[in-house]
Amino acid sequence: MAKKIYSTYPMVKYLRKEALPTALCPGCGGGTVLNAFANAIDGLKIDPKDLVVVSGIGCSAWIASPYFLADTLHTTHGRAIAFATGVKVGLPDKKVVVISGDGDLASIGGNHLLHAARRNIDITVILVNNFIYGMTGGQVAPTTPFGAKTTTSPYRNIEHPLKISETVAAAGASYVARWTTAHVYQLIESIKKALQVKGFSLVEVISQCPVQFGRRNKMKEPAEMLRWFLKNSVPISRARNMSPEELEGKFVIGEFVNRERPEFTTELNKLIDEVQEHFGLKEE
Amino acid sequence: MIIRGNEPEQLRLLRKLYKPGNYFMQGNEAVAYGALFAGCRFYAGYPITPSSEIAETMARELPKLGGYYLQMEDEIGSIAAMVGASWTGFKVMTATAGPGFSLMQENLGYAVMTETPLVLVDVQRSGPSTGQATKGAQGDFFQARWGTHGDHPIVAVSPTSGQDAFWETIRAFNIAEKLRTPVVVLFDGVLAHTREQIKIPDVSEVEITYRKLPENEEEARLPFGDPHGDGVPPMPLFGHGYFTHVTGSTHKETGLRDVYTPEVHDRLVRRIHRKIEKNREVYEKYEEHFTDDAEILVVSWGVTARPALGAVLRAREEGIKAGLFVPKTVHPFPAERMRELGKRARAILVAEMNLGQMIIEVERYVNDDVLLKGVNKIGGVPLTVEEILREIRGVA
Repeated sequence: MAKKIYSTYPMVKYLRKEALPTALCPGCGGGTVLNAFANAIDGLKIDPKDLVVVSGIGCSAWIASPYFLADTLHTTHGRAIAFATGVKVGLPDKKVVVISGDGDLASIGGNHLLHAARRNIDITVILVNNFIYGMTGGQVAPTTPFGAKTTTSPYRNIEHPLKISETVAAAGASYVARWTTAHVYQLIESIKKALQVKGFSLVEVISQCPVQFGRRNKMKEPAEMLRWFLKNSVPISRARNMSPEELEGKFVIGEFVNRERPEFTTELNKLIDEVQEHFGLKEE
Repeated sequence: MIIRGNEPEQLRLLRKLYKPGNYFMQGNEAVAYGALFAGCRFYAGYPITPSSEIAETMARELPKLGGYYLQMEDEIGSIAAMVGASWTGFKVMTATAGPGFSLMQENLGYAVMTETPLVLVDVQRSGPSTGQATKGAQGDFFQARWGTHGDHPIVAVSPTSGQDAFWETIRAFNIAEKLRTPVVVLFDGVLAHTREQIKIPDVSEVEITYRKLPENEEEARLPFGDPHGDGVPPMPLFGHGYFTHVTGSTHKETGLRDVYTPEVHDRLVRRIHRKIEKNREVYEKYEEHFTDDAEILVVSWGVTARPALGAVLRAREEGIKAGLFVPKTVHPFPAERMRELGKRARAILVAEMNLGQMIIEVERYVNDDVLLKGVNKIGGVPLTVEEILREIRGVA
């Protein structure tokens, strides 16, 4: 059965077959994200040879590394964006993509996320937000909804979740969008836009973790979680006219920013040109 | 911008910018110029005393050479960016001091495991913790060796003067490239801020080496193999269409992760050890003065090796048969030579700006009947010739 699926799945050409099957749990949203990413790459006709994918640690870090067939750098916990920064400076003409989870990129890696956005370096970050630390056994995360139960908030979570997209937009990213795994086509289009933007781009994907999050919060079936996403998603245009109380527990979806700002590697190379010109170092 | 393939242009720029001759400069600047001559064209760092002038010099000079200076948000990000840039083909460096070095340890281990060439300069300062932030020390001898977790080899070199810092930095790059490994430069706050005469050579006098690249597709498919039998795999750089997978997790020769098979881990980690052990001639270096007939042997390293030499010279004037042994590569320790010298000496004094670190390493190689004594000083002030001479006289 499995073999048949692989042989008919058109996106399989983008996968490292020797690494399959994936380590993801049944019902995980990670497969949807990988699928959406492969479709975006396919849609834009990006040659995987022109792509470097970097990820950190955790379930979502596995989505593209090792499964996506490109140069892949699987790094230490929280540091994927910093590693990717070095890669992008070295290969400014390649697409550098970071795919990792909310715990990795927005908790331990929060500093790098903010500063990459501020710097506006041309990296696309696909941040998979499943509200939980999945790989370590379902502990509370900075994205866990207020009141939700996890293995380390067994009574209820008394902390407020970080609004990742809003924060990264405020930090200066060129493009920020948020979708859920129940909005696959919008997600693909957003990843495409993010890949084409010259600057820092973030696509936050609210994704289901039925095993670690859903099971402890009365949604043990993946479909229940997808229905929860659909029922509580609010388009950003509508959210702008809603009060904070009305937005409590809702998922604001859509494009947060899409703007042009000077990009880091371009500026860096421009600066080098200027300096070499100034000191008369250009070859005659 | 990668020096490989563009070497004539880089040599032209170096010649044009830095005329050979004597300059009056800081140890930190000497480190930076050494890096530039070695071909470093990517620097990612975070300011910290007493290392900051290295960053400042790199920020000023790198763009002239078409190189990149990045000031990252912290030390962790700095070494992470270096690893990323090294996989695109750059020779990379960062400089930091004790607290920053602590923060870099996890990714230093990542660089060991992924066999990523990089140079990490630790300008040692007084500690623990913030300690005397602006003062020099030699307290990171073991942090360099054992700061990151797991079983790992490390190569660390330690310059003894500003002039030496220029050449030792170049040597650190050459070791990193030849063995595809991170190399630590254990510098110190005293030499870092000492201004002295430093001779900048012509570029033709500088040996520059490059990492081994895959010769064919087959080699490129085994980024962690050992096709040449020297334990050093050719490095398939990113962006060349090889679809290389790099992970800090235990991986097979193909790069694909396998954390479950004991043999895979054993094979990988032992090879990483072996490539350092078996290539001793690439990095082993020490200096000796009057060791032929020395009854009292002073062992010293880094900044302290200079007053130690002064003390040995004065002792000789007084008719005391003193000698000096200075490991320039401090890890792996020059064990064989130390063992030979240890057999001959009656007393061994280990002089260092800490409460006794290298002495632990020395002790492993000397017999029980040798008088072994540390000459130690902390507080941010280096040992003086007189202080070391007094100890030599004491055992004479």
